[in-house]
Amino acid sequence: MESATTVQQQPKAAPRRLRRLERAAIAGVMSREVANFRTYWKGTTFSSVMEPLVYLLAFGLGLSATLVDEVNGVPYLEFVGTGMVATAVIFSSALPAMFGTFVKHRFQNTYDAILAAPVDVEELVSAEMLWIATRSGTYGCVPLLVTIGFGLDPAPGMLLTPLFCFVTALGFSGFGVAMAATVAKIDQFNYVTALFVTPLFLVAGTFFPIDGLPEWAQVAAQVNPLHQLVELVRGGAFGYEWVDLLRFAFLVAFALATWRVAIHQMRERLID
Amino acid sequence: MAKTFGPITAVDGLDLEVPEGICLGLLGPNGAGKSTTMRLLTGQAIADSGRLRVLDYELPAEAKTARWQMGVVPQLDNLDVDVTVEDNLAIFARLYRVPDVGAAVEKALAIARLRERRRDAVDELSGGMRRRLLLARGLVHEPRLVLLDEPTVGLDPQIRTELWTLIGELKARGTTILMSTHYIEEAERLADEVAVMHQGRIISRGRPAELIAEHAGRQTAEVYGPPDRLAEARAEAESRGLLVRPAGPAIAIVGSERADGFVPDDAVVRAASLEDVFVLLTGEEAD
Repeated sequence: MESATTVQQQPKAAPRRLRRLERAAIAGVMSREVANFRTYWKGTTFSSVMEPLVYLLAFGLGLSATLVDEVNGVPYLEFVGTGMVATAVIFSSALPAMFGTFVKHRFQNTYDAILAAPVDVEELVSAEMLWIATRSGTYGCVPLLVTIGFGLDPAPGMLLTPLFCFVTALGFSGFGVAMAATVAKIDQFNYVTALFVTPLFLVAGTFFPIDGLPEWAQVAAQVNPLHQLVELVRGGAFGYEWVDLLRFAFLVAFALATWRVAIHQMRERLID
Repeated sequence: MAKTFGPITAVDGLDLEVPEGICLGLLGPNGAGKSTTMRLLTGQAIADSGRLRVLDYELPAEAKTARWQMGVVPQLDNLDVDVTVEDNLAIFARLYRVPDVGAAVEKALAIARLRERRRDAVDELSGGMRRRLLLARGLVHEPRLVLLDEPTVGLDPQIRTELWTLIGELKARGTTILMSTHYIEEAERLADEVAVMHQGRIISRGRPAELIAEHAGRQTAEVYGPPDRLAEARAEAESRGLLVRPAGPAIAIVGSERADGFVPDDAVVRAASLEDVFVLLTGEEAD
């Protein structure tokens, strides 16, 4: 006889079956993030504004006063300021996704609580990514606003910057969640940062143009989502090109790919 | 149902049916497979073999819909500590798709007796308040079935009694409860039926009084004394076919009413208890 474990109740009137990717589940998980964010938003906002200010003062004003006047016809301060959007995006998406996910899962048991409710791993990961990308998409625009404060002329194309930041941040939050689900110990994030985050950040074309790099590095930069974001942000400030459509499509594909990988890795980690 | 983790068999041929409206205590020592069973029931673990139905839903395929109608109170405190009491409840009311979140939060605050502390962050609450909040969070959507996973483990006696009162109120409302515990007293006080779990399977099940009558008889004689005296009493009881178990500094001669006049003069005779059953069946000392 097949063994059965059952909790029996009298059936009620045909209850609705929950579907995949229910908006209520995603909104519920995001509401948890918003409630927590209300307790720490001041510190996050302060650092998001201060960091680009300090970088612009150090690199933009410092270097442009001594070594570099302009790059490809763009004043160096504006070149760095627009590039720093990508820096803000990766640091406000990949890192919070890595550390936040790890802490919530391993130390706070938050995901055990959420997955005991009618939420599945796909909805949980999607909500986490959407929240981080929303936040990062917003904070990612701060360096651009600071650069405008330093003299960059506003342009209509810049209105698309939050969208570019959001999509890129989706990709990096998926990357971060996947890494958090993969590493065994929190110290192992050092490898992730050294092997992925720092190289991506340095060869994005933020501080120097990549066409000065060796050919292999230029090819590698083309598959760096941060480089594509840098180019799109500069397109918004200094004029788009048709190739920017391809760049945007690449970022969308990056986000979709990391979304699925993050779900797979988290399912492996969370479901016994 | 069976579930293994590498070389470890956590659940081994578990066969369990919980009728509507009762509180079933899943009583077993640490490592018996109780928590794994709870995770299987919420779809957070997938059985290697067997069949699992919860509230007419097949698991794991319909686990999410089943969870919609059940409440889970975990063993570990996983509240959001920086967030207010009412926000903790509101988040879960939303996750459970409760139509009127405000009303659900009010009811849950009343259950947890935390109306006055609603705007305080959780990390400002006492341990007892946090456990009450954890329980109320699992009830915020008025579930048909509540899973209580070791609801009072590690709590001091006063907080434990508070929790028992709340669980008693939940029982009185007719909610079906499946409660895992390794505390005998908790199972005796709260469970209509007890299923003794050991090494991943149910080894006995029934109302506490039935289990006691079946396995331990009517009375138990406890003998205290130095090791030589205990060894002597044990040998004599066993030679008469009586069951003997360790009981801290004593030995307990179970079913001593069948001793045919043997009970030692220095023994303390008491009514047989669920603890006798638990120790006899599992071979583990009770908490």
